[in-house]
Amino acid sequence: MNNWEYAESIESEKIVNIEKKYGHFIQGEFVSPNSKKYLDTISPSTEEVLSSISIGDEKDVDFAVNAAKEGLKQWSKTSPSERSKYLFKLARLIQERSREFAVLESLDGGKPIKESRDFDLPQVAQNFFYYAGWADKIDLAWGNGISKPYGVVGQIIPWNFPLLMLSWKVAPALATGNTVVLKPAETTPLTALLFAELCDEVGLPKGVFNLVTGDGTTGSHLVNHKDIKKIAFTGSTSVGKYIQKSLSGRDVGLTLELGGKAANIVYNDAALDEAVEGVVNGIFFNQGHVCCAGSRLLVQEDIHDVFIDKLEKRMQTLRVGNPLDKNTDIGAINSKDQLDKINELVNEGVNDGGELFQIECELPKNGFWFKPSLFTGVQANYKIATEEIFGPVLTTLTFRTPDEAVEIANNTEYGLSAGIWTEKGSKILWTADRLDAGVVWANTFNKFDPASPFGGYKESGFGREGGRHGLLSYLKASS
Amino acid sequence: MNTKLSINNIVDWTTTEDMVNNVKVDEVGVLDRVSSLATRSIKRESKLNALQKIVSMCDLTTLEGEDTEGKIIQMSSKAIAPDPNDESVPSAAAVCVYPALVSTAKKTVKDSSVKVASVSSYFPSGQAPIESKISDTKFAINEGADEIDIVINRKAFFEGDYKKVYEEIKSLKDVCGDIHLKTILEIGELKTYENIKKASVIALCAGSDFIKTSTGKISNGSSREACLVMARTVREFQSYGYGMRGIKVAGGIRSSKDAIRYLVIINEELGSSWLSPDYFRFGASSLLDDVLRQIKKLKTNAYQSSYYFPRG
Repeated sequence: MNNWEYAESIESEKIVNIEKKYGHFIQGEFVSPNSKKYLDTISPSTEEVLSSISIGDEKDVDFAVNAAKEGLKQWSKTSPSERSKYLFKLARLIQERSREFAVLESLDGGKPIKESRDFDLPQVAQNFFYYAGWADKIDLAWGNGISKPYGVVGQIIPWNFPLLMLSWKVAPALATGNTVVLKPAETTPLTALLFAELCDEVGLPKGVFNLVTGDGTTGSHLVNHKDIKKIAFTGSTSVGKYIQKSLSGRDVGLTLELGGKAANIVYNDAALDEAVEGVVNGIFFNQGHVCCAGSRLLVQEDIHDVFIDKLEKRMQTLRVGNPLDKNTDIGAINSKDQLDKINELVNEGVNDGGELFQIECELPKNGFWFKPSLFTGVQANYKIATEEIFGPVLTTLTFRTPDEAVEIANNTEYGLSAGIWTEKGSKILWTADRLDAGVVWANTFNKFDPASPFGGYKESGFGREGGRHGLLSYLKASS
Repeated sequence: MNTKLSINNIVDWTTTEDMVNNVKVDEVGVLDRVSSLATRSIKRESKLNALQKIVSMCDLTTLEGEDTEGKIIQMSSKAIAPDPNDESVPSAAAVCVYPALVSTAKKTVKDSSVKVASVSSYFPSGQAPIESKISDTKFAINEGADEIDIVINRKAFFEGDYKKVYEEIKSLKDVCGDIHLKTILEIGELKTYENIKKASVIALCAGSDFIKTSTGKISNGSSREACLVMARTVREFQSYGYGMRGIKVAGGIRSSKDAIRYLVIINEELGSSWLSPDYFRFGASSLLDDVLRQIKKLKTNAYQSSYYFPRG
């Protein structure tokens, strides 16, 4: 009997302390909501209620925006090097308490602890360190005196990388001298609430960072508030379009980081075993809840069968289950709504004629789960080939020539990311040159660095986050 | 049985050459996968299970000029019963010695499950004519070796004469017949993953039952990355219908933790059917004692000093 099972290795929940109920964080303190309304945030892997969070109404948002306006008075008098110090302090505290944050992120959002521990949290701290370094060097970044902060910035972040998206938005906004009203996603507010506690701990001046929790209506109040000078949004393309419409005719800055349907192009001269890993990472990382996920596999026709065979075998080794188990590769789907959406699109794919492969595995009884899935025999006109599924579902298309690969890759309303797999350097450059995508990875996927700008083309949004360019999202030309 | 294989499971040179010319491996991907697999958390019963497997996969090794009959008898005796106080601890897979000491080892292990492996082919450099390598190997077999560990001809490899590397292994496999042939690639000299994969392909096609990382005689020993590349080559080889071949990792593996990480690579890349001494081995001298201590620790919750375990 050779079979070797890995025993459960559960990261302890004891390290986190979740309150029964949370208010908003405004003017440096937690306050009860004017709305007096709350909503439950649950663990998607067990459906257990973790806490109740406040739903921000118009007055709550108004209160927060006013606090941010007040905060701006002091923040704009704070020297850049002082601003830098606060960000460094936050970065260090995040590192110190990263285990706590990681457990909380996995509990509230369903992602595997190995990802929140080894990817999300190190990236979060790095972003704060990186923008802490820029705070007193803004003039060096974009020329002396040509830029100034917007003022009060509204930020709306998604549920797939809750704390990481917070760091992408809050760190550059504060470094450039703005004050913030942040609205986290309704299903994953807990790490943002813990972050608010850290802001208090480092003594960040009151009103500089404000947090209003709630659902879509809360976000809408924030977008429509008269004193907001800039909105930064990461989320779905449909909501992004709504925001852009709402802001038209107003002097409000906007950056959008929206959906994607990235092509992962595998040429026949790629190192196939490593390409398989990259494709698996590209789509199954974070249950496929990734805007830059490589959700369309474009494989050269002559290696299709060999590649799909390798890919299916590799997929079968993925371990689906408890997000807090250190050996879990695929955690829970973030919410019932998202699971329904995935189911709907996958069913449609089957009805359209796609061939569905799902791995054999046992799924937990409670919670929201979806088996890692692969579609072959897909035509370009199927919905699964064009719509963002935002789940662990990979769609395969084939191509014959590099020209055709590029054509298919660009044949989408999105333009966020892409992957290229070949051992030929010249082919990488040729292909990358022709792809309409904000990020192109070659022989790897999902690699991030705070110094590298991230953002999309077409309906994937505009504006860049990260790097020197990320500063521009929070600066405008000085008059 | 695949028709493409001739006697001794050998793949013809034309097919081999095609495979060698088609070798592709990406370093970044290899490093990523190995570091990701290193985060597997192996605890409690799965750890105990792993540690016992590791003991059963150990080729207890001494390859020194100072080796004597006394030393070999002592080590062979330990291989039979690594922990005499714990019957659940299995015997090691084999003892690995120089040809001149094979008969001594064989006398000691007698009819136990422990095999006697002998290095040959002018281990560790391989810098000798093929006639000498053959007679070296024949001698070891006549002395009673159950398994033969040879080295590839790195001189020929780096001179681009892959066919010579192949032919030498093939003629040594001819000498071995049913006797288990393990071919050492000496990955510390080959350096690149592309070279490691090429050498793996050549060794497997030429009839090796196992491919082995290192001699243990240079400072760069085994690496988990090389093990991954070799495992994927073995997997590909099987997918072509050439059957299951084994891997031996050797050189610098001293801790249980490291050894378990190797097992994880094999388990997840090749599958659990490879988790047996028939298909996976550790060449080691000091590893065994650490594994025995870890087993004791799991059972008694106390680390025992090394003097509780008999010398090997």
